[in-house]
Amino acid sequence: MSEQDPSGKSARTNAGFINGAPVNGESAKRRPAVSFVSGGDRHIRSRLMLSRVFAWLCRFSTYAALAVLVVLLAAIFYSSIGRLSPDFVTNTNSTSPVKAGILAGLWGSFWLILFTAMFSVPVGVGSAVYLEEIAKDSMLIRIIKVNLANLAGVPSIVYGILGYTVFRTSAAAIAELFDGKHVIGVLGLFKVRLSKLPMYEDNILVGALTLTLVILPTVIAASQEALRSVPGSIRVASLALGATRWQTIWRQVIPAALPGISTGVILSTSRAIGEAAPLIMLGALTYTSMCPGGIESPLELLTKPAQLLQAPLDQFTAMPIEIYDWSKQPDARFTAVAASGIVVLLVVLLSINSVAMVVRHFASRRLKW
Amino acid sequence: MRFSGQSFPVMLLAVLVAGVSGCTVENDVTPNAGTGAGSEEATSPSTSSEPTRIQIDGSSTVKVITAAVAEEFESKFSDVKVALKVTGTGTGFKEMIAGRIDIANASRAVKDSEKADCEKNNIELLELLVALDGLTVCVNNENTWVDSITVAQLKKIWEPGSTVKSWKDVDAAWPDVPLVLFGAGEESGTFDYFTEAINGKEDEITENYSPSSDDNVTITGVSGDKGAMGFFGCAYYFANKDKVKALKISPTEDPAAGVAPTPEAVKAGDYKPLSRPLFIYVKKSSLERQEVQDFVRFYLNEGAAQVSKVGYVDVSDEQIKGSREAFEAAVKKE
Repeated sequence: MSEQDPSGKSARTNAGFINGAPVNGESAKRRPAVSFVSGGDRHIRSRLMLSRVFAWLCRFSTYAALAVLVVLLAAIFYSSIGRLSPDFVTNTNSTSPVKAGILAGLWGSFWLILFTAMFSVPVGVGSAVYLEEIAKDSMLIRIIKVNLANLAGVPSIVYGILGYTVFRTSAAAIAELFDGKHVIGVLGLFKVRLSKLPMYEDNILVGALTLTLVILPTVIAASQEALRSVPGSIRVASLALGATRWQTIWRQVIPAALPGISTGVILSTSRAIGEAAPLIMLGALTYTSMCPGGIESPLELLTKPAQLLQAPLDQFTAMPIEIYDWSKQPDARFTAVAASGIVVLLVVLLSINSVAMVVRHFASRRLKW
Repeated sequence: MRFSGQSFPVMLLAVLVAGVSGCTVENDVTPNAGTGAGSEEATSPSTSSEPTRIQIDGSSTVKVITAAVAEEFESKFSDVKVALKVTGTGTGFKEMIAGRIDIANASRAVKDSEKADCEKNNIELLELLVALDGLTVCVNNENTWVDSITVAQLKKIWEPGSTVKSWKDVDAAWPDVPLVLFGAGEESGTFDYFTEAINGKEDEITENYSPSSDDNVTITGVSGDKGAMGFFGCAYYFANKDKVKALKISPTEDPAAGVAPTPEAVKAGDYKPLSRPLFIYVKKSSLERQEVQDFVRFYLNEGAAQVSKVGYVDVSDEQIKGSREAFEAAVKKE
């Protein structure tokens, strides 16, 4: 809340100028005995007026945004009355508005985000480290940097089409390759004998890879920004003490940039969790009672290790897809179902964001310079 | 900062090892649905799909019915799962042509070109009529001047280049209230059918209407303006009878001959020309799989109850008997 400080201060100092007296202190409410140079009085007054108006405009825009959010949240919570209950998160979808639940979408989104983060963090942070720390400033690097910014603005449906062409087609080819065969060799390393690995071309991994494309430019940009904010003296000092470039980057620069990087990653994954368009493009299911891999509760993550391998290759639906579908149902009672879905999505988003805040807090606490 | 320096990669490795060792079981890893566990070979001859999963894609209108049937079906056949997508009738047929799905939901009959493409890929389709939809033309509840409308009047309002601005322009007896039009967008099968039935040519419509991909938006629009008119599938009208007023449609010049969009009229074929058939198209080779057979049989036998539950109109006994016979004949042949 450090932004409030200056505006609060200016409001306080400005309070002395209500009657147009441009001085502070005891004579604040009276016209000064000594007049300024001709026109100066008015000049200062109008400048101070401007500053006050500006402060109020800033305040207004902050509160206006907040008010919209509050109204939105209130409206959604109000609409969700009647369906939002514990069984909404433990039921899978149904054509009956009193039974419909979001379990399948919740698990679908969980797996998607898990893999999206797993793919986008190493690639995104790695690219940023290369661009900021290692690459020499050449024409090519400059072209890459400019185009990263452009890529961040590409609509996600375009990535959906790309994902369909590249990832889904590859997945189909791989599925064809293993069709009906034993997949022992591939994972035999871990003594897992897969008698038959059911693989769908419209699977979680394909969705996660596509979402990775959607958020990668943002992750790279945020990581670059974070790396840039690390003072150059840290690098110089580390190198001067005999550390190699790898040691400098891994032990000094990345930890120092970690708060910024993690914020960027979490904000991007929050965006990914709300994406529906590219997933529908890839063939995500609209109506299903299946959770990926058949895992329906956190406990089953531990008790069904075999299914863990199947989940990433399974078909899926996701929360935004189910919400969109519910909002289009003829039966008006589905409005409450859709609203409940939005509430669950918001809760998930807020928990991800609070994790980001905690990570940020602990990461920046260790920084002492 | 020292802490993340060395321990981080070690920790990462530890997590990976732990994750992997969790899987170091000597058992077979088998699909969760379980029935394929015993057999070493896949039961389905050519698809990579799990044999106990039925893949369906297509129309959003028919999806509502198929989802309701699937829900009932899954509760009776617990080892079979239905994977249902909604990409629209046209895309559904494309998926069928590519051989990726077992059943295509369709709110119109298959086009000759689509059929030809299927044949090119050695895919034979079994057409099954499962329900009827009566596209409903609605006006605002405060609209007291019109109960029944002729197809010619509708054409005057909805045809491309229509100059009608107010109700008075359609019929001199009606008041001078501005006409505000709402309806389905061009990506929808409802739009295709309505434009074909009213304007005589698919995809051609007046520029002065607000299209929406969500029929609930159309209903909100119609209920919010006194001079409004909109069209959508009958399920949306049956679920919102108190919000809007449905017009009787007369295929002749005489508005008095109008027929209201009731389930009975649609079923009897009296609600013309806005009644449309809803189909499922089954890939004949998929009928070799027991679960697809079971599902389609269940659809034809128990579907009628679900059809009316979700707001569409079930087909006549005669028609459903025809569908059942066609299905059993196809099963026998496979």
